[in-house]
Amino acid sequence: MATSPATVPQSSEGSLFKRLRAGDPIAHTLTGMAASTILTITALLVYNLWIGSELPRSLFGWGFVTGSSWDPVAEKFGALPFIYGTLMTSLLALLVAVPVGLGAAIFLAELAPRGASDALTFMIELLAAVPSVIYGLLGIFLLVPFLQTVVVPVLVATLGFLPIFQGQFYGVSVFSAGIILAIMIVPFIVSVSREVLLAVPQDQREAALALGSTRWESTWKVVVPYAMSGIFGSVFLALARALGETMAVTMVIGNKPEIAASLLAPGYSIAAVIANEFAETTSRSMHQQVLFELGLVLFALTVIINGAARLLILSMKGGSK
Amino acid sequence: MTNKRLSAAVAALVLLSACGSSEQPQNLTGAGATFPNPIYSKWFSEYQKLHQLIQINYQSQGSGAGISQVTEGTVDFGASDQPMKPEQIEKFKTTRNTGVLHFPTVMGAVVPTYNLAEVTTELNFTPAALAGIFLGKVKKWNDPAIASANKDVKLPASDIVVVHRSDGSGTSFVFTDYLSKVSPDWAAGPGAAAAVSWPVGLGGKGNEGVIGLVKQTPNSIGYTEMIYALQNKLPMGTVQNAAGKFVKASPASVTEAAASVPMPDDFRVSITNPAGDGAYPISSFTWLLIPETIKDAAKKAVIVDFLKWMLGPGQAMAPALEYAPLPAAVVTKELAAIATIK
Repeated sequence: MATSPATVPQSSEGSLFKRLRAGDPIAHTLTGMAASTILTITALLVYNLWIGSELPRSLFGWGFVTGSSWDPVAEKFGALPFIYGTLMTSLLALLVAVPVGLGAAIFLAELAPRGASDALTFMIELLAAVPSVIYGLLGIFLLVPFLQTVVVPVLVATLGFLPIFQGQFYGVSVFSAGIILAIMIVPFIVSVSREVLLAVPQDQREAALALGSTRWESTWKVVVPYAMSGIFGSVFLALARALGETMAVTMVIGNKPEIAASLLAPGYSIAAVIANEFAETTSRSMHQQVLFELGLVLFALTVIINGAARLLILSMKGGSK
Repeated sequence: MTNKRLSAAVAALVLLSACGSSEQPQNLTGAGATFPNPIYSKWFSEYQKLHQLIQINYQSQGSGAGISQVTEGTVDFGASDQPMKPEQIEKFKTTRNTGVLHFPTVMGAVVPTYNLAEVTTELNFTPAALAGIFLGKVKKWNDPAIASANKDVKLPASDIVVVHRSDGSGTSFVFTDYLSKVSPDWAAGPGAAAAVSWPVGLGGKGNEGVIGLVKQTPNSIGYTEMIYALQNKLPMGTVQNAAGKFVKASPASVTEAAASVPMPDDFRVSITNPAGDGAYPISSFTWLLIPETIKDAAKKAVIVDFLKWMLGPGQAMAPALEYAPLPAAVVTKELAAIATIK
């Protein structure tokens, strides 16, 4: 809201100084500049990706997004295996991380004693600071053998009839990448969701309890729905991290540009192939421009997924009201 | 008076040090191949101990980056595990208005490494076996293609898990260059390049990634730089060379591979699958890429001096780091070629 006209002197002499002292125009300008800086940088990024991928865009057109071969020697490139790998690993990561993260957040916000909650939250937030490469090393030296010896045999024994759990498991796979991504994104979900849950007004809980609900009912049926938009926000943040995660994924996904029905098969993601192949490409060669185009595809994917998810939430909110 | 004398003395000293001394502080930058990074780091640090004002900074970002950056002139020299292609040399000429010279520095080799719990001896690989395995046509360890060369070894009937490089690299180039020479199917299919479309297998990032995958995956086979295999004490297979002998990779067998191939004047040569009884067939040079004309006289002097030192005392440091030194004939030829740097 603008400053009320009554407090701003109308006379021209001295009014500029007085209006500046009031601070609002400066605040508007500065914060507006900050916001437009971010938009400008994003626009420059997209522009850079756009012109950097001119050759393959004109050569392959939309066939790039539907093609499946990846042959740098014959210069036949298709992005579909990478889009598939990116989406599958992120989806798997969300499926595992959201229940775990939300459960942890609810426990820390509602059910745990405050001192323990603060200490545990501090430790979980430290996990968000661990570099991606370390998670990759953790993945390849600890997680993959653990999955190979303990988890996957049980999974195959119980759910092996499902096509997603069939085929030979070599350790490195879409499944392993999804699990390591889940471990990486849980801290984001936990810390943001916990803050949002703590911010729910106490009278909501009290009202629910007064109406005769149990502690859990008040949490699950009143507090969590109240905080739902914030929780979705944390899930978007986590999803964005999962879509773009590079080093941890490339170390455990198997780096094989193929689409397989089974999660136990090796795969490839967009960020992983860019990280792997960029250094050896020569400047502005076809191969390098194709990698730029893959970057553009990843950007478009992120925008589409985020946009679709937000539309979904808007429609849910509109429907519930 | 004393002030004037003092300032005169200082001015004289500055002038003297500026024009009289042959050791100017110099900063050279280079970028390129990751394979020779250990020996280049050692060379540049040893060279700096001898010439304290000269600092050579090398970034191992990959051969492709080295070629790009030396073409654009952002670095003083490049390094590559494969010689520049004719198109890349043309582009260099049009961008920098001068040619580019290749100087081989050391040699390395690519070895097949495997993980077979029951097999404790070295396996022999024929060219047909290697090509078949990496094409996905030889699927089991006890396939006749492998068993025929390893008659007294009990090979399991398990599936072969192939491991290759996921990132583009000179190591892949040397390996695929060899496979293209020994297998028409490979040449017609994936071909020879730093990054190819591998018919089968898992991809590991870097030599470390491949080794990690091979160590952790039973019944797997991969390829890696000889140095990594030696340092990590991995089982290394022997490879049958063009003369029919099964040769194990070592600095000596690699140097012999280089000695048996005639060296062209521009030093751009592939030495995979050479003739020669003791030659290891999957060997290669690695090159420094130097512009033919260097305008800055001081930088040119440093580069020329470094190249001469590299071909002399530098070569003696190679075997300790498991790199194969250049054969004597190549060294002589290079010393002559240094004179062509204008």
